[in-house]
Amino acid sequence: MSDVIDTLVGIAPGSKLDAIRAQRSEARKHAQASYTSLFEPRNMGGVTAEERFAVASFVAGLHGEPQTDAFYSSKLPAGMRTAIAAEVAAARTKGPYGSYPKGPLSTENTTGLLYRVSEGNRGTLGRRLAAAFEHTHMLVFHPRDAAAPALQALLDAGWSTTDIVTLSQLVSFLSYQIRVVAGLRVLAGSQK
Amino acid sequence: MTDKTLTPPPHTEPVVFTRDMLDWLPWIEPMAEQDMTERHLASLVDASRVKSPYFRLLARDPDVLEARTRTDKDIFYNPEAGLPRAERELAAAATSRLNGCIYCASVHARFAATYSKRVDDVQRLLDEGVGAKLDERWEAIVAASVALTALPMAFGPQHIERLRKVGLDDAAIADLIGAASFFNWANRLMLSLGEPATQG
Repeated sequence: MSDVIDTLVGIAPGSKLDAIRAQRSEARKHAQASYTSLFEPRNMGGVTAEERFAVASFVAGLHGEPQTDAFYSSKLPAGMRTAIAAEVAAARTKGPYGSYPKGPLSTENTTGLLYRVSEGNRGTLGRRLAAAFEHTHMLVFHPRDAAAPALQALLDAGWSTTDIVTLSQLVSFLSYQIRVVAGLRVLAGSQK
Repeated sequence: MTDKTLTPPPHTEPVVFTRDMLDWLPWIEPMAEQDMTERHLASLVDASRVKSPYFRLLARDPDVLEARTRTDKDIFYNPEAGLPRAERELAAAATSRLNGCIYCASVHARFAATYSKRVDDVQRLLDEGVGAKLDERWEAIVAASVALTALPMAFGPQHIERLRKVGLDDAAIADLIGAASFFNWANRLMLSLGEPATQG
């Protein structure tokens, strides 16, 4: 089965990067297994496939990675894709920012966008996804602002504790996958 | 019934980056050990992790946890070629410092200090942040980790060039990309599902 990171970077079998990735065969295999368990799981549990791909498309859009965005958004209906594109445009910013516990590190506190889903798209996304997008934006751009009330907001919007674990893993995994793809693409482009 | 977040017991939160051992307190309920099936237990990979509330929380989605852990172990522990372990840990510590994960930074700063024996340099990274004066090789590694972590991502050919000049081959650069990227995964889980506490 094809490997999503190889596909997104454009790593050809037999290339130098293919050989380098083969030296970390367990990481390669289990990065793919992470993808499969998040997007093609044996059991969707409490998080639907559409929710998974919608959050993924939003995360990729926030990172400004058009190929990864296209990969995930292709699984979504057109209306959802349009809504996500509009939310991405309103939500993209610079990171990481946020606050530290009060003390010596407070001098490093930086503020930034506190993103809320637009009124117009709340209906399209629905209550659960709207709450997930707001949480996702914090995870992507200002994770050190996380606090228990952010999780309560997800619980109140209908996410169970187990759903929150899956959602958090999905956003966090993509934060990894997108960077590996971007990094390896630069490395591939610098081969002499 | 809607689940509720947890109120952590009284504790002291760390207010600086440190190499001290820290605890981690969850904001949502980990699995109870007696409720864990064979599948949940196997997803921990290391049986001793059943004592960790962090891993018992992530075990709620066991397939993702197991894949995450096996990815982590190969990126950091595989001794074949690539970047020396100390510098994989340096990339993890620098990423955690920039994202602001005091817990993750404590663990990986300890590892970086242990494997490199450069305790003062590691502590300077914690104290001063990713702009700390180290040496050219370590500064190049920190700068590449920062460029991969900050958004919009700024990692480019100039970072590769600088890493090659300080002696990293392509396998080592791929390890650095893996280590810094992986900590963008780990930091977000640690920061958003609970909080650190000082021990003792």
